Order: sequence, then structure tokens, then C-alpha cells
Amino acid sequence: MKSAFWLAGAAVLALANPAVAADSIKIGFVSTFSGPTAVIGNDMRNSFELALDHLGRKMGGLPVEVIYEDDQQKPDVGKQKVEKLVQSDKVDFIAGFIWSNVLLASLKTAVDSKTFLISANAGPSQLAGDLCSPYVFSTSWQNDQTPAAMGLYMNQKGVKSVFLIGPNYAAGKDMLAGVKSTFKGEVVGEEYTVWPSQLDFSAELSKAKASKAESIFVFYPGAAGVQFLNQYAQAGIKQQIPLYTAFTIDELSLPLQKDNAIGVPGAQEWVNDLPNEENKRYVADYRKKYTGLRPTYYGAQAYDAAQLINSAVVAVKGDTSKKDEMKAEMEKANFKSLRGPFKYGNNHLPIQNFYLQDVVKDADGALALKTVATIVKDDQDRFHDKCPMK
Amino acid sequence: MLLVVEQFLNGLQLGLLLFLLAAGLTLVFGIMDLVNLAHGSLYMMGAYFAATFVAWTGSFLGGIALALGATLLLGIVLEFVALRHLYGRDHLDHVLATFGLILFFNDAVRLIWGPAGLALPLPPWLTVPIQIVPGVFYPAYRLAIIVVALAVALMLYLVVMRTRLGMLIRAGASNREMIGALGINIKLLYTLVFGLGAALAGLAGLMQAPILTVQIGMGENILILAFVIIVIGGIGSIRGAFVASILVGMIDTLGRAFLPDLLRKILSSAAASTAAPALSSMLIYLLMAIVLVVRPEGLFPANRR
Repeated sequence: MKSAFWLAGAAVLALANPAVAADSIKIGFVSTFSGPTAVIGNDMRNSFELALDHLGRKMGGLPVEVIYEDDQQKPDVGKQKVEKLVQSDKVDFIAGFIWSNVLLASLKTAVDSKTFLISANAGPSQLAGDLCSPYVFSTSWQNDQTPAAMGLYMNQKGVKSVFLIGPNYAAGKDMLAGVKSTFKGEVVGEEYTVWPSQLDFSAELSKAKASKAESIFVFYPGAAGVQFLNQYAQAGIKQQIPLYTAFTIDELSLPLQKDNAIGVPGAQEWVNDLPNEENKRYVADYRKKYTGLRPTYYGAQAYDAAQLINSAVVAVKGDTSKKDEMKAEMEKANFKSLRGPFKYGNNHLPIQNFYLQDVVKDADGALALKTVATIVKDDQDRFHDKCPMK
Repeated sequence: MLLVVEQFLNGLQLGLLLFLLAAGLTLVFGIMDLVNLAHGSLYMMGAYFAATFVAWTGSFLGGIALALGATLLLGIVLEFVALRHLYGRDHLDHVLATFGLILFFNDAVRLIWGPAGLALPLPPWLTVPIQIVPGVFYPAYRLAIIVVALAVALMLYLVVMRTRLGMLIRAGASNREMIGALGINIKLLYTLVFGLGAALAGLAGLMQAPILTVQIGMGENILILAFVIIVIGGIGSIRGAFVASILVGMIDTLGRAFLPDLLRKILSSAAASTAAPALSSMLIYLLMAIVLVVRPEGLFPANRR
């Protein structure tokens, strides 16, 4: 009885699918559009919309319909939204995802329904390793990669010891593990803070100071990065213990961090001044379309996600029922990424460069991020061996 | 040892800041019997006013004084326009109406200041660390919070215990109907108490602003702590709020500071660093549960009939 029910359901889906594919490409976009981190979601949406503008709002000759859903930065809400997108909206692709814990909660729903999921930011280690899937691609990185690049840079600088501070959730643990994977000096302390509610880091800063470490590494995305830099400067540690970061200083937090961010290095796979043509066009058009705003790496990754989806849809001429062909096309990374060199590993995570970024005053006198050096070339995450896909 | 001193100060600073928030909440709850979920919104408004006025006037202290006045005024207007109509009604009505106010304030802030948040930079004389005992440097601004909050606590104590207004407030906390029957203008008293509570919340918000960022919804997490404090301290009791605030501030900070190291002695390092933040954020709720079992009225209940 039960199997008959499922068969009937499958038949209905099979009948319904070509009809959907015929008139438009449906994309669900899950990100955070409310609360203090909504600025990140807005930047991703802005960039995704800009990519659609650049594509003439069509993919493979079909109009594109995007359904934006707010995950409220909560894993349970994110999962519900993905269920809605898969079951009632029947989207062809789901993109977005800032937060690793939201992505991990939503992953099974998308994969089980064989809906393509493009992570435009979150990169939990599980996604790169044993939870990798033919239906999941990333246009960002695996969480460990960026801090691992920072660890390499700290080796270059001859840093002997570090005190690690990060938030207590999936990405926070990956980030600190990432630094530890490459940093050759001693890790004298490691502190996790309650995420996202803890905003006062006085206890952790006091411990870092008392540990006599030569350096501090932190990962605090969004507003928490502003708070951490404020408190780090106020505690007077800035003159004593230099700070190294990943995903803590970006174009959204910089206007609030102001001078506190000067001289604090970060690692990143995309910086606004990368000299390729696509990137110049993206940054210029973004600043033209959204006056007063500057794009961030979150936005650049969302832009790439739209381009990746477009490459797949164009390859099958809009027939999104041809999932195998779309998967094969996406594995080629047949689009011009804003970050320049970009190819996929066996686990559908990018193999890419990581850059050292610094805060400088630009021509308008505003603070801006600038590429200083390439820390590592063609870097692949260290979990790809655990992924069963070859 | 020096680290212990520093963490102790961190705990004291957090506790005193929470006291400013909890004192207003407990006054309003205890005297006016009004559950005010929007207290956190007043905290947020204090921070937004301060960031705006400091930027306008270019003077830190001047901006803060203006912001305090603005929050006091906002509290009085809010009481007059909205909350006055809720007295004597069911607590559920209070919760619904003041929750609505939270949404109102969040969206009003989004409309006026935008979604991105503001920064309130400190003047240079507050950004230097100060040596308090040899070897212990403490951020000047956090010391300033401790001093200001202690001064406000002392002032509150004097007002409540030594003045006629304080006598009325205490009488109101004990028996609302009776002081009305004795010919006291209870409406005016309520407006004043609410304005005072709002100003205290605003003060907490604007003092927290340079440490945290000024952002939408900043009052909501901290409001939960304030409610925990007034439950522990005893509803309506300022003394209770003071003791409970210090307790909660200390437990929260010292738990975060020392629990990971303690846990590492019995658990593996990885398990300990994951479990410790979760456990330390539970400690204050454990304290609340214990207080509710042992002394359901709170540690220092206001005498009421």
C-alpha cells in the first residue's frame, strides 16, 4: 500500500517536472534576511540579483524565478524553508547558506530530493568529507581552508605561539582546526564562546593576555567581528599581541570597525581589487546599482553561484530534468569566477588561491580591503580524501 | 592570581551593567505590576540615541547626556500613549502588547537608521588601559562602567530609602490600592517610575554600545538575563536586583573563564572546549531553578500583601 502511494507520488512528480522545466528556471535562495546578520543576506541577494542582471535575467533562454527565504540564522528554520522549497515550490536549484549549522541541518532534505544545492558560503568539514554528494556544489571554500592559509602566513612571519578564540558552532570548530592544521608554532590556548548570543569577550581576552601568547587568532563573522575588535582595542592588547583573523573583517563590518581594523591581516579567497575583468565589472556595477554599498566575499560567492547554475542550465538548454548532464557540466566549473582561477575537486569544493588582505585608505579616503600577497595557490581542502566520490 | 583579579572585575562590570537594566525592570514590574518586554527596546533606543547624538554634537559626554534625556522622554511618552491603558489588565495582555512594541521599535529603528547598525567610538581618554594593581591593566572604559553603575546604584538607594518619592515607590510596591486610597497621585507616580526605568535601561544600553555594536534587536538577549535576575532577586526589590545582578555577572564570567580548564581535567580537551561554553551559559539558569525551589519569592522579596 505504502509503496503504491510512493509510486503514485513519483509518477505525479515525473509528469509535473517537464511542465515546470518548460516555462522557467526556479531557484530557491536561503540566507539570513532578518536580525543583526541580515546585512550579509542582503549582500548575497544583491549580488545574486546583479548576476541575473548580467545574464539578462534568463538562463538557457528561460526566465529565472528566484524565491528568497529567510533562515533567521536558525538551523531548524533553515531546514523548514528548504523543505518548503523542495516540496511545494519544486525548485530546480537551492543556493545561499551563510551558516554551516543551517546548511548541515538542511542538507539531507535537498540531497534526498536530488535538488542541486549550491553553498555560496557555508563550508563545514562534513560537506567536503563523508557527507559530500553529487547534488551539492560549493562556490565558497571548506571552512578550514581560509584559516589554514592564515596559519601559513603566520609561519612566514615567524610567529611562535598563538591563542585561538572562536564561536562554539560547526564553523567555529572548523576554523580553529584549520589554523592548527598548518600553524607550526605552539597553540597555548583555545577558547570557544557561546554562539550567537555571547557578545562580550572580556573573559577570553583576559585569558589570552595572561597566556603570554605571541599572537591571537580569531574567527568572528558579522557584527561579532566588530565587537571583538572593539574590545580587543579597548583592552589595550593591540599594542602587545598582534591579531590574525579569518572572516572577521569585511566590507560590511569595516565601516563599524574603522581604525580598529587597520593593521589586522586576514586571509580571503576573494578581495574586491582582484584584477580580472569579471571582477572589475562586478565591483563597479554593484557600487553603481546599490549606491553607498560595497560588495563582500559573501556577495562574490553568491554571484559565482548564479554563474555556476547558469552554466548547467545552458548546457542542457533549459531542460533541468537532465540532472546527470547538469552535474557533469558543473564539475567542469565552466564559468568565469570573480576570484580568477577556479576548478572543482572530487568533492565539488573549489580548488583555489588564498590571498592576504589588509585594510588601507582608498582614493575616496574610505577604509577598504586590499590584496597584499598570494598566500597559497591552488589549495584543496584536507577532507577530500574522505569523500566517497572519485 | 592576577588573572583571577581581572576576571573578577569582568564579572563585576557585567553584573553592574545588568543591574541597571534589571533595576528598571523590577521597579516597573514590582510597583506597576506591568510585565514590560519592551524594556530591552528602551535599552536599544538608548544606544541608538547615544550613537546619533555623539556623532551630531561631536562630544562623547554631551551626546550621552542628550541620549539619557531622550530615553527618559521616550519612556514617559511610551507610558502615556501605550502602557497606561494596560494597567489592571491580565499579564497576558501586557506580554502581547509589549511584544508588539518590540516589533514596532525594531522596525522603527530599521526605517530610521537602516539595518546595518551603528558604531559608538570612544574618546581617546577612555581607550587606554589603566593599571589598577601592579601587573593588572584594565580597560579604562570598563572601569568607567563600574564606577558609573555603582554611583547610580548608590543614588537609587538614596532616592528609594531617603526621599518622599522613594517612600511612595516602596509603598506602591507593598500595596498599590492603599496608596491610591490615601490620595497619592498614582498616575503621576507610575509615569515617573516608568520614565526612571526607561532612563536606567537607556543608560545600560548606551554604556554597552561602545563595547558591543549598536544594532537592531540588541536588547532581546540581555532582557532574558534581566528577567532571570529579577526572579532570583525577588520581584520589586532593588536590593534583590543588585545582589542577583552581581551574582549572575560573576557566575557567567567566572564560569566562562574557568570552567573550560576545570573540565579539561576530567574530559578530553576537545570535548571540554565544546561542553564548557554550553555548560557555563546554563549555570545562571541552574541558579534560577535552585532559587525558585528553595525561595520561590526570590532572595530579597519586596513585602507585599
